[in-house]
Amino acid sequence: MIEERFPGHPILPYLLVLPSLLVIFVFLIVPFAESVWGSFFVSSFFGSKTVFVGLSNYLELFTSPDYLHSVVVTLLFSSFVVLVGLSASLGIAMLLNQKIGGLGIYQIALVWTYSISPAVAGTIWALLFAPATGLVPWLVSLVAPGYTLNWMTNGPLALFVVSLAATWKMLGYNIVFFLAGLQNIPDELTDAARVDGAGPWLTFRYITLPMLSPTTTFLLFMNMLYAFFQVFGLIDIMTQGGPGDATNLLVYNLYRDAFIHLDSGRANAQSVIIFIVIALAAMLQLRAATRKAVYAR
Amino acid sequence: MKKPDRNRRLALLTHLALIALVVVLAFPVYYALVTSTLSFREAYQYPPKLLPGGEFWHNIHEAWVRAKFARLFFNSTVISLSVALVKIILSLLAAFAYTHFRFRGAGLLFALSMITQMLPLPVRILPTYQLMADFHWINTYYALTVPFFASTTGILLFRQFFLTVPRELSDAARVDGAGPMRYFWQILVPLSRTNIAALFVIEFIFMWSQYLWPLIVTNTADMRVVQIGLKMLIASEQIAPEWNVIMAGTVIAMVPPLLVLVLLRKSFAQGIAMQSEK
Repeated sequence: MIEERFPGHPILPYLLVLPSLLVIFVFLIVPFAESVWGSFFVSSFFGSKTVFVGLSNYLELFTSPDYLHSVVVTLLFSSFVVLVGLSASLGIAMLLNQKIGGLGIYQIALVWTYSISPAVAGTIWALLFAPATGLVPWLVSLVAPGYTLNWMTNGPLALFVVSLAATWKMLGYNIVFFLAGLQNIPDELTDAARVDGAGPWLTFRYITLPMLSPTTTFLLFMNMLYAFFQVFGLIDIMTQGGPGDATNLLVYNLYRDAFIHLDSGRANAQSVIIFIVIALAAMLQLRAATRKAVYAR
Repeated sequence: MKKPDRNRRLALLTHLALIALVVVLAFPVYYALVTSTLSFREAYQYPPKLLPGGEFWHNIHEAWVRAKFARLFFNSTVISLSVALVKIILSLLAAFAYTHFRFRGAGLLFALSMITQMLPLPVRILPTYQLMADFHWINTYYALTVPFFASTTGILLFRQFFLTVPRELSDAARVDGAGPMRYFWQILVPLSRTNIAALFVIEFIFMWSQYLWPLIVTNTADMRVVQIGLKMLIASEQIAPEWNVIMAGTVIAMVPPLLVLVLLRKSFAQGIAMQSEK
């Protein structure tokens, strides 16, 4: 419960929150409401004529093989980024947390990738995998002579490469948070478990993982947001959704429908669908975050 | 108790594993750096070169001129700095209200300010774009900055910190006759230095990395940002990309956020640690 620290200022708190709320209202809430509203209409967004069509934009999306394909691609991509990314960074953070000295140096040596933007990550991985000239295709040709690795013509490979690039970019961020979470676990807990005869695996499973769950759920949510949206630049630089539509993530599909095909009803409906997914994820995160109280003492 | 011998061997193994990981994770950037120092011909040599050449400044100059990087660099810097600063101020003010005052509707308003996280650009992209057009903000710094001014992360970070500040401080200020805003600027804000620095790192990097929004709300070369400049460098060479020049552009794009992170790394780490404490 918040205590009143400066009684006698009835208006001031409203003035203090006003700027933030104004921005949120004008640039977030109202436009979002318009997205919902617009998803029930068909028109070109810049045209004058709009026709109310009810849910038919949604029905059209869910019966469109292209859109469903984009859903599948997004699921594959984001589960790779989240699962591989989080487990790798948790592993690295646990190594860092071994109290073996040199932590500061390792920390900076691993964490700096946090500053790399998705577009920069995409550019660098496009270089590594550049067909016919890149380092990786060259290495592959050494191992398997006669085979040319070309991710620009190979859909599944392209999806794998963009997933790798996106995961790599996020490692620094995840390691920072996992390490902070690990350092907050009191030593007495893990020591006590060890004294009771628990091996490393049991300690990890029954002490570390539960104590870490607020960090993990937070990171799950942030990584999901990242894999859903922030990778736009990476995709636009590396593949533009191709080859074919092998890497056509939902956010890329949305961009195309909104700004290239100028199909506003369809774009707004996609926005709303994406929102529903985020809202569900946020609720799960909240539920997990409130559950942490059990471990907090 | 385990033998110290075994512990030492374990520590050595951990060091080796960590060093290997650092090398593997840094390799892509190392390779990019090397490529940015090669000539066009060297960049296409087989086997690929793994040691730097002597063309670094030439390539940097090439990228700088070709993609008009001076202007892009200026734009990205202005945008990232101003958004980071305004976000910090607005979050400080809001967090102050939520932690130091009891007012009607505080819970609801707080919930509303938490909503930013659930409404990222893609769930409102077309109407927000339309709004920019209605405001005549397309291709201006306003469009590139103002819609980003609210920050969930910031409000949460400062709120958490303000809750740990002992009540005696504000009481003492009050007894001395200082009003709430004086206490805020002279005591609370200076105390928040570490968190301010941490938020600055997060928001500067966040803004520097923006791609989709600048892509749609700008339409002339002089309003583009660095990230889009990379795309321009790549797209201009469809047949044989000049990887050496592209990587020089990449290096330029990497430096400012890296600098911010390295310079403020201590505060950044402390801020993150505080955030995950709760």
